[in-house]
Amino acid sequence: MTTSLAAQPVPSSPGTLDIMLWVVVPYVAIAVFVVGHVWRYRYDKFGWTTRSSQLYENRLLRLGSPLFHFGILVVVIGHIGGLLVLKSWTEAVGISDDAYHVVAVALGVLAGVCTLVGAAILVYRRRTVGPVFSATTRNDKVMYVLLVGTIVLGLGTTVLGNLTEHPHDYRETVSPWFRSIFSLQPAPELMAAAPIGFRLHALAAWALFAFWPFSRLVHVFSLPLGYLTRPYIVYRSRDAQLGNRAPRRGWERTQ
Amino acid sequence: MRVMAQMAMVMNLDKCIGCHTCSVTCKQAWTNRTGVEYVWFNNVETRPGQGYPRTYEDQERWRGGWALNKRGRLKLKGGGRLRKLLTIFSNPKMPGIQDYYEPWTYDYDNLTSAPLQEHTPVAPPRSLISGEPTKITWSANWDDNLGGAPDHGDKDPLLKGISDKVKFEFEQTFMFYLPRICEHCLNPSCAASCPSGAIYKRSEDGIVLVDQDRCRGWRMCVSGCPYKKVYFNHRTGKAEKCTFCFPRIEVGIPTVCAETCVGRLRYIGLVLYDADKVLEAASTPDEHDLYDAQRAVFLDPDDPAVVREAEKAGIPRDWIEAAQRSPIHSLINTFKVALPLHPEYRTMPMVWYIPPLSPVVDIVRDTGHDAEDHGNLFAAIDALRIPAEYLAQLFTAGDVEPVDAVLRRLAAMRCYMRDINLGREPREAVAAEVGMTGEQIYDMYRLLALAKYDERYVIPPAHAEQAHGLEELATECSLDYEGGPGMGGSGPFGENSGGNSPIAVENFHMLRDRQTTDTVAAPMDKQNRVNLLNWDGKGRPAGMFPPKRRPDEGGDPAGEVDPEP
Repeated sequence: MTTSLAAQPVPSSPGTLDIMLWVVVPYVAIAVFVVGHVWRYRYDKFGWTTRSSQLYENRLLRLGSPLFHFGILVVVIGHIGGLLVLKSWTEAVGISDDAYHVVAVALGVLAGVCTLVGAAILVYRRRTVGPVFSATTRNDKVMYVLLVGTIVLGLGTTVLGNLTEHPHDYRETVSPWFRSIFSLQPAPELMAAAPIGFRLHALAAWALFAFWPFSRLVHVFSLPLGYLTRPYIVYRSRDAQLGNRAPRRGWERTQ
Repeated sequence: MRVMAQMAMVMNLDKCIGCHTCSVTCKQAWTNRTGVEYVWFNNVETRPGQGYPRTYEDQERWRGGWALNKRGRLKLKGGGRLRKLLTIFSNPKMPGIQDYYEPWTYDYDNLTSAPLQEHTPVAPPRSLISGEPTKITWSANWDDNLGGAPDHGDKDPLLKGISDKVKFEFEQTFMFYLPRICEHCLNPSCAASCPSGAIYKRSEDGIVLVDQDRCRGWRMCVSGCPYKKVYFNHRTGKAEKCTFCFPRIEVGIPTVCAETCVGRLRYIGLVLYDADKVLEAASTPDEHDLYDAQRAVFLDPDDPAVVREAEKAGIPRDWIEAAQRSPIHSLINTFKVALPLHPEYRTMPMVWYIPPLSPVVDIVRDTGHDAEDHGNLFAAIDALRIPAEYLAQLFTAGDVEPVDAVLRRLAAMRCYMRDINLGREPREAVAAEVGMTGEQIYDMYRLLALAKYDERYVIPPAHAEQAHGLEELATECSLDYEGGPGMGGSGPFGENSGGNSPIAVENFHMLRDRQTTDTVAAPMDKQNRVNLLNWDGKGRPAGMFPPKRRPDEGGDPAGEVDPEP
């Protein structure tokens, strides 16, 4: 297994460890992510919430929470751009490699730092504000470790990688590998050739994704964009199914 | 015309003695759980006073309810949809726990475990939020009976609008009690603020509810409601609010607060209204016209055209009949003695109040004049501007004229009825002075003073064809529900995770346990249990925790032993 920081020519056949890390782990994580969310939604709608702690404390939250959340939204958009947009596409519209790189690094570092600072404020708040700390579950702590760990690894890879003479072009290794997972033709040898920072970041991210459906992070999928278009007042008939009981066949309400 | 039915309430403030029975029974029924210790779906405020949460009526600060924009269109005062989404990560207008109060309990253990000392040990207060020792500085009714009013009474936001400030010196002041529940508005700004669309208005009876399965805890309803009657459960992370006791209303019995009201001052009934006119009425340009605009939205249930439209809209016949007998409709539109709470918030509230005449009566009586003479009372209503102005701030956006009219009607009723009670000839002139007939005055007196249970609460049950589906009617198999039969119990996300089991199933299991055990109220493991009342807090009596696993059972003898549920 190659460990050099620079991109290597594609090795002929990936080893067992590479297949485990870059094929099995992603597919297992994706399966757990998808099935876990379906299960959680069916089983635990009541627990599907942001579990806001604003009621306890607002001074630190007012600063940290928007910083973290808006930061990570930009980070997500950046990842979509970096992983799913093919290099040939940006070249086709005439964006040079250098220009792409500068924008990506600048935006990525800015958003990453905002996210990390926000997360630091929120973690500090969680630890020091008594009521917030006592409302923190073990599940939350695991989630914080995975989430902050992934962010730190990602931001560290971006910053440290760009301090070297030849920053690694992840669009030659990580991005095609990521796409290869979804095209069901996994290419672990690509990822095996990526620098250690990217590999650790990816592994931490898969762990985070596998844990996601069982944590409070599910609230991400409740981003209420429907609010922008729905009528202000919602009228709803008394549930056809009062209580938890479905009406029996032939006994459904007629109006 | 789009006829809809609304379950509504009127409270007669003259009768409220501020006993808080409604608050306590409501809390026992709905909010005696962790996460909602600080929540009172029903609370009783002494006015003048800051209210609960403190100064909630100051909408320049809290930005609740609706406002008209420059083009005269109705907008959420707290900002539009985009602004709501942009502030979703930290709601800038949400009251903190200190604006309500920090709930507490007492450490009773100290009473028995304190070492011998000169002074009697006390049970020190502990915060229910942090668990730490706390100092009690406020509560939901800290300023009850004007307590502490000389110090902070002037913080009442309503006093800002009164030219001649209320004096808080004893014997120069006035006060009354204001019980508050959710207003179940026709134009609810909490529902309009909810990004998830979890808050909805029931189309059958207009009760505003939070769908606990859809609420995602974005907290916008808390700041959107100008009455601050939506609360955030800090344990479950969901919004909760007064439900108008809908399980009781559905079977035709009044809410818990009304049922237990000692003064019998609450009235519950249906109002028919024209849903197409709500927005227009809420957009009335002049705040002073909002009271009349809202009354104009209500429909006369005796009008054949209204009845026809109501039937077309699918409102059952018995509901229409209940609307015709509704005490709410009589008090609001026939006798015109009930007023809405803060119509200027433009939410079209549906819990109305009969303003108290007692501050005026008390002052007239204290001056030695006849407090039941309509001439004296009318003169006093005109002369005592402060009570009337204050009531106008509460009920008519500051317009004193409708408040005066209501108080005069109540004064005329006192005077007219005294003649009858003393065996004198009642004077039609007294009734005519307030634009009523003697008969109307007598009817109003009956409703306000004598009305029995079934006259105060005219609640048609949820309709018969639908009744088989109601939660607690055992016309179907009580275990026949999604995922059943099963017990409640714990899921992986805590006590409340997973689907709820209907109450009937819990009852079934409880009854079965009771019927199949050997002795009276004896669970199988009774002999293993410890009576905590006899436990002095020291040591670990046998049976308090399940026995440790023996090594041959596969447990780890060196491992940490967690108490198992």
